[in-house]
Parts: sequence; structure tokens; C-alpha cells
Amino acid sequence: MTVQGESADHQWVDDHAGPVVRPYAMTRGRARPVTGTFDLISLVTATRADVTPEVGLGPEHLAIVGLCQRIQSVAEIAAHLDLPVGTIRVLLGDLAARNLVQVREPQTTAGLPDNSIFEAVINGLRAL
Amino acid sequence: MDYGHSDRPAGATPLPTAIKILVAGGFGVGKTTMVGAVSETRPLRTEEVLTESGVGIDDLSGVEEKTTTTVAMDFGRITISDDLVLYLFGTPGQDRFWFVWDELALGAIGAVVLADTRRLADCFPSIDYFEGRGTPFVVAVNCFEGARQYRLDEVQTALNLDPGVPVLLCDARQRESSKEVLVTLMEHAMKTREARRRAADAN
Repeated sequence: MTVQGESADHQWVDDHAGPVVRPYAMTRGRARPVTGTFDLISLVTATRADVTPEVGLGPEHLAIVGLCQRIQSVAEIAAHLDLPVGTIRVLLGDLAARNLVQVREPQTTAGLPDNSIFEAVINGLRAL
Repeated sequence: MDYGHSDRPAGATPLPTAIKILVAGGFGVGKTTMVGAVSETRPLRTEEVLTESGVGIDDLSGVEEKTTTTVAMDFGRITISDDLVLYLFGTPGQDRFWFVWDELALGAIGAVVLADTRRLADCFPSIDYFEGRGTPFVVAVNCFEGARQYRLDEVQTALNLDPGVPVLLCDARQRESSKEVLVTLMEHAMKTREARRRAADAN
């Protein structure tokens, strides 16, 4: 059923149409972040409760700050915002450069001082 | 009303440590099922869009085309404690996406290779990959209804596994069973790490 007077544009802009903006348009064509590497499981938290729109920040940047009021991994941010990881990395680089997010890179196994992480995971899994 | 001061002080919260485990195996073997069985939320999906500039790995045989490819990865999260979060990543289809595997495997604490005894060969590439990288892994035989049951030592022989690699039966749909697989993997990864450390000290 078509609503009378609905513009032609609207018929195309629904969930089934897929993304209306190509992913790298949100990054203004940039494929790499200005700072940081952002592993899939790097953890990100916002440093402020919210951010007022400013030059250089798009709605996706603000959405990330909103999402990261609770600690999220890079992969989770990408999944929740339904954007490719590469796009999220660029946007996170912008936010990190402005100190709007805090990032913790993951622990590598080689860098572990002892077995405590293994033991914590085993005990944590058993307690689930 | 002023809520300003109830906010978390900027930058003061120590962030938890994140670690990851991979769940690999052939198509349809139950990777996402296992991720979902133990995760605290339904599995999430993230996508990597691979463009020419995004492909920067040496071995590009087979992916030289300048086309854009999207690789989807399903993953889940288990919050172990306030300072430790475990992520489980189902690896994307084998063969074509090794460069995504390299990114996933970097820093992974270990891997579960899921096997289906009706299509055992499907997990060979995963086993080869983790053996080659030195990533500790266990083989979990997902017990599908109607599949003939094999003894674990038969599976071990068929896969030509190192005797130290744990092989166990599981039901990827069941939380308890999947938890047991992960616990076995963590114990194996811990032993592997200790053995490597001893070997390094001896030299």
C-alpha cells in the first residue's frame, strides 16, 4: 500500500534497500585510521557521557560514543552499528585523536607473565 | 537537573583485558552454534570489507582481483570478570580467506577445531593452519544425529594428530558440552605455554 503523497525517494530507503551510504563515504574515503591499529578485540570506552556535534564528527562518530558508554570491543561496535570493521577503525581513530575514547589493546599470550589468565578463564567458564 | 557529576570520570576506569579463542572447522559443522551456546548474548556478526588497499599480506595468490569482498565473522562474548573478557570468533570459510584468519589468529589464546565425522576432511585445512602457526588447539567432534560414532583414537589417527592434541566429543548446541570443550582448550593452551617456556629456558 502506498501512502498518498509519499516521495519517490522513500520507497527506496527502507531496511531492505541495504545501506544507503557506502561504508567509506562515512570515513570520507579514508581506509586507515589516523591513529591506532584497533584489533578486533581492542576494548573501547567513551571518555565522556556525550559529545556535541563538532566539525569533523559525523553521526556515526556520535553513535560510537553513545555505544561505548559501556565497554565494547571493536568487533562489537562494528556489529551493533552494522558497519564494516575497517570503517569503524577509521572512525575510532578520529575519536581517539580527540581523546573522546579510551582504547585498550588486547593481551597477547606471549606477553602473559604467568598462568593467572588461563586459570581465571577456566574458573570463569566452569562457573558459567 | 544536573547529572554531570554522576558520569564516569574521564579516563579513570581501567579497562578489562580481552582475550580471544577461535572456533574453526568446515562449513556447516556448527561453529556459530557453539559460539551461541556459550556466549552471554546471541552471536553477533561483523564484516570485513576487503578492498585492494585492505589486502596487504604477502601471499595473495587467488585474491589478486581488485574486487571488493565481504567476509563475515560470527562472534560472541563471555565476561569472565570485571577485568577479563573472552571473545569467541567463528572463523570464516576456509581457503579463500586466509588473510582474515591471520588477523583473527594474531594473539588468539587457542582454537577449537570442530569436526564432523561424516566429512572429516573438511577440518584438515584448519588443523594444518593452527599446526603451522603454533596456535594451541583441540579437536571437538560434533556429534550429529545419524552420524556413525567413532572412537576418539580412530579420529586422532585419521587426522594424523600430534598425540598431545586433545580430541573430545561434544554437542555444539549444548552449553555444558561447549563449556567443557573450552575448558579443555584452556588447559591444553596453558600446558603448551609451560612446555614452550621450559624449552626456551633450557636453551
